[in-house]
Amino acid sequence: MITLDNVTKQYGRKKSLDGLTYTFECGKVYGILGPNGSGKSTMMKAIAGLVYPTEGKVLIEGKPVSRNIARNLAFLSTEGMLYKSFRVEQMIQFFKSQYADFSKDKAEELLAFMELDRRQRVSELSKGQQGRLKLLLVLARKTDILLLDEPFVGLDPMVRDTIVKSLVSFIDFGKQTVIITTHEITEIEPILEEALLLEQGKITASCNVEQVREEQGLSVLEWLKTNVHRGALA
Amino acid sequence: MSTEFQTSKPIYSQIADRIVQQFVRGELLPGEKLPSVREMAIQSGVNPNTIQRTYGELERLGVVETKRGQGTFMTEKNEMIQKMRTDIQQEIIQAFIQNMRQIGLSDEEIHHSVHECLKGGGAS
Repeated sequence: MITLDNVTKQYGRKKSLDGLTYTFECGKVYGILGPNGSGKSTMMKAIAGLVYPTEGKVLIEGKPVSRNIARNLAFLSTEGMLYKSFRVEQMIQFFKSQYADFSKDKAEELLAFMELDRRQRVSELSKGQQGRLKLLLVLARKTDILLLDEPFVGLDPMVRDTIVKSLVSFIDFGKQTVIITTHEITEIEPILEEALLLEQGKITASCNVEQVREEQGLSVLEWLKTNVHRGALA
Repeated sequence: MSTEFQTSKPIYSQIADRIVQQFVRGELLPGEKLPSVREMAIQSGVNPNTIQRTYGELERLGVVETKRGQGTFMTEKNEMIQKMRTDIQQEIIQAFIQNMRQIGLSDEEIHHSVHECLKGGGAS
């Protein structure tokens, strides 16, 4: 269980998170939607223990989050995950050396799945290949929590499709708590259970994905459009 | 490629519909084993919980049977197979008639146009 209790994060004058309160249940897959600058990445970093709240608390299994939380949490961030001069296999070795839960076997499986060449240097990889490599690195770990911050950004539809497939194949559903921030909602919708809308540092709406279809006949994208506040997209 | 889903219907029931259609078309045979929940989830690119619900729903309807420790199998009961066939036919016909009425055709005209179309070699 991940609990955000009245979390505010202030950068100078701007409140990136503004009294955010929410509880993520174990073993569920969550989608965090919201316009740019709504606080999605800050929220992820707060859960990962990379950003400390100005006010409020972030708890994982009842314990306050700290840098040590990385032991049981894999975080795909939008920047700073890959080293340009490394080869693919060196990136894998590096992650193996840093995380005791990193599975070499799973990494090999993922390497084939993602069609990556172990000899290639990160600097030579296309954006799509870099996106796949990042995902490989987090999915090869066995953690209770998986945070994916914009896993689709800048990737073409074919790569996005591969990524969705890899998520279905490699997420430990029912055990891993997965939180995904994205704008590419249509691709990811079939694997989400809950969707949250984040606006100006607050969760302004949330829904169960299948329930919204069943009761309102809406896809998450349509649901999002009816719930997002005008002006927030400016 | 993962398949596209309509927005108006829960995904679990769309996958259930698809399985029934495959069965009626003969792509799935009576007594045939369905992919495991996980395999099916990967094939369709959806959350395994959704497939769990699909199989649960199909079992409730008598379309599939779950044998403990063995997996999920299509029904072998003849009356069930017949029922699925007629159900799907009814559904298609209902939708067709509704569409035709919406564009202002009388029942007689619908009848006539279907007849003419079939006479002329049918819809190709």
